[in-house]
Amino acid sequence: MIFKVFPKKKLSSLYELLAYNIVVGPILKGTDRDGKSLYDFDVVYGFDELVLGYTSTIHSAKRFVLPYQENLSSFEISASDWQKNTDINVYKPLVFFGMHACDINALNKLDMVQAESVYPNPYYIGKRKSMFIIGINCTPEPQCFCQSMGTDTALHGFDLFITDIGEKYFVEILTSQAFELIKKISGKEPSQIDHQRYKHVSSQKNKLFTTTVDSSDLTKILDLEFDSKAWQIWGDKCLSCGTCANVCPTCYCYGVEENVDMDLKGATKTKTLHSCNLLDFASVAGGHNFRPESATRLKYRYYHKHRGFVEAFEEALCVGCGRCGESCLSDITPAEVIASVRNEV
Amino acid sequence: MNRRKGDTGGAFEYAYKAEITNIYSLTQNEKLYQIQICDPDLGDRFTFKPGQFVMLELPGIGEAPFSISSSPSTTGKFELCIRKVGNLTNFLDKVQRGARVGISGPFGTHFPVEQMVGQNILLIAGGLGIVPLRSPLLAVLENRSRYGQVDIMYGAKSPEQLLFTYQYEGWRRFDINLTVTVDNADQSWDGHVGLITEIIQPRINESASLADTTYAIVCGPPVMFRSVCNMLMDAGLPMGKMFVSLERRMHCGRGKCCRCNIGSTYTCLDGPVFDYWSVMNLKEAI
Ligand SMILES: Cc1cc2nc3c(=O)[nH]c(=O)nc-3n(C[C@H](O)[C@H](O)[C@H](O)COP(=O)(O)OP(=O)(O)OC[C@H]3O[C@@H](n4cnc5c(N)ncnc54)[C@H](O)[C@@H]3O)c2cc1C
Ligand code: SF4
Ligand code: SF4
Ligand code: FES
Repeated sequence: MIFKVFPKKKLSSLYELLAYNIVVGPILKGTDRDGKSLYDFDVVYGFDELVLGYTSTIHSAKRFVLPYQENLSSFEISASDWQKNTDINVYKPLVFFGMHACDINALNKLDMVQAESVYPNPYYIGKRKSMFIIGINCTPEPQCFCQSMGTDTALHGFDLFITDIGEKYFVEILTSQAFELIKKISGKEPSQIDHQRYKHVSSQKNKLFTTTVDSSDLTKILDLEFDSKAWQIWGDKCLSCGTCANVCPTCYCYGVEENVDMDLKGATKTKTLHSCNLLDFASVAGGHNFRPESATRLKYRYYHKHRGFVEAFEEALCVGCGRCGESCLSDITPAEVIASVRNEV
Repeated sequence: MNRRKGDTGGAFEYAYKAEITNIYSLTQNEKLYQIQICDPDLGDRFTFKPGQFVMLELPGIGEAPFSISSSPSTTGKFELCIRKVGNLTNFLDKVQRGARVGISGPFGTHFPVEQMVGQNILLIAGGLGIVPLRSPLLAVLENRSRYGQVDIMYGAKSPEQLLFTYQYEGWRRFDINLTVTVDNADQSWDGHVGLITEIIQPRINESASLADTTYAIVCGPPVMFRSVCNMLMDAGLPMGKMFVSLERRMHCGRGKCCRCNIGSTYTCLDGPVFDYWSVMNLKEAI
């Protein structure tokens, strides 16, 4: 990794250098009923719109690589035959300006399934490969437990990553494009003092985490506690609404539907993100449902994230962003669920 | 089950265009469809192993998984036996010969018939479970002399729901022991009436040691797996020598939609064929 520093006021020049692309970044969307600011990633039209000191966005960056709804194929249909058309070039180069480490790590986890495993998903890869990512160091919020999940720092999956060290930004550079850009805004070698400031900022950040999740031995504990009463208790609270999966940066389950056009000459095959908390997730033809109770579905979500995925990829499918707990109408948070399952309430 | 190692690429939305060349009505609700890949060159490349499945797509209607039910020694064409239960399958029930469908796959794991050479084989099926079982059976019949005693034990709700009845004589001619049972008989039925376990019991009682001599393939509704497999286990058959085929909801067949996921296991990639040991170690599998 190459480290550089540049004066803070140069950040807008960096933006201008990239602004001929579509730029996506954190912007203010409004306030909640308590007056708290709500941020989300969206297309920005000027540097001033970016709120780089944002708290966690409502939605994650997932929707830019796995849209809520996406057409997989279209068909031209005639009386005796049909033709299938598939267009995987459905992406535009995108600059992501200001992504937190957890969200970068979430994309890295999605890569494992979508890009690096059998049957790579070209719709995903196209979008992912044409992203230029500028990461930004953040301040932990009460719901964040990324430190427990080992996702509070990102080691790869970005082009450059900036940390506020007072007068300057400290930059970690991973790609040659990023290197050239930093050269253009007259980035300098960090001094001894810059290094110390950076280390100080990092260690201060580490002290600010208030939520922790004990994920040690979780794969075994989840198996041992498969019949724990805790699942029933949380299951009874769960509304099976799927909001948690919707806001989660790593949930990727989907369903497919096909629809014939009004003129009967064509059809489209559409993929829509789904959630294992929704009632029909594991129902099969003939009416049998493998997970009919909300408790088994909620449990399954934790099983997939903290056991199944670990078994397959050697890390959990959760980055500890806390979004699911923040948005859950029943106040179900992963920290509480996991703690209660560990202790067998 | 580390999915980051030894992975190969594969086409995502690719489907072979295929033609339904023949349709046979087997019962009121099930039909047998003969399907041929349209492009002969692509057809040559379409091979499969017994127990694997394909995703069949009807443009605008949908896509669903179906086990291949024919012999794996043919290339480019195969048979699917399909029960009408919903959107796609009801539509299929109405299509005519010559209709064109999209086929992707074959997907999934298979019954290891090569590994079973020299051994006795118990093929145990309930209801529609005979469909995926017919493929390993035909593979064994084509090499009959390489296997020991072959038993098919098959249970259905009623005599009119039995599948492939026209082939029973042919199977028997290959020195296959076929025992059939139904839950509810009518006057025409002079065979066994009762649970599938009742026809398995005498067969496993008479054999001295299942452990060294026998493999089993079990396929049927979820309730059947546990009772049958536990019974075979009690009779000494190791879990690693029993194979089952599981059913789950599937929307991609490619380990991407997660619909078929059980913990760490994707039924479409790691299954549908599993040995019973793996299934026993999988919470919620059956
Ligand atoms: C590995 C495997 C092999 C199978 N082999 C056979 C076979 O040989 N013969 C046979 O008749 N049936 C088989 N099935 C079941 C068959 O896939 C379902 O009956 C079929 O999906 C029903 O589709 P439908 O649109 O008519 O039903 P609907 O209930 O209308 O289903 C709507 C949609 O849900 C999905 N879906 C519903 N049920 C299932 C299901 N059980 N599995 C996967 N997706 C589902 C499909 O995507 C479908 O488009 C198999 C299932 C699996 C998983
Ligand atoms: S856990 Fe909360 S957000 Fe998730 S499905 Fe249940 S009620 Fe909805
Ligand atoms: S499960 Fe919850 S905490 Fe974990 S990544 Fe998803 S939204 Fe964030
Ligand atoms: S069918 Fe989509 S993951 Fe198995």
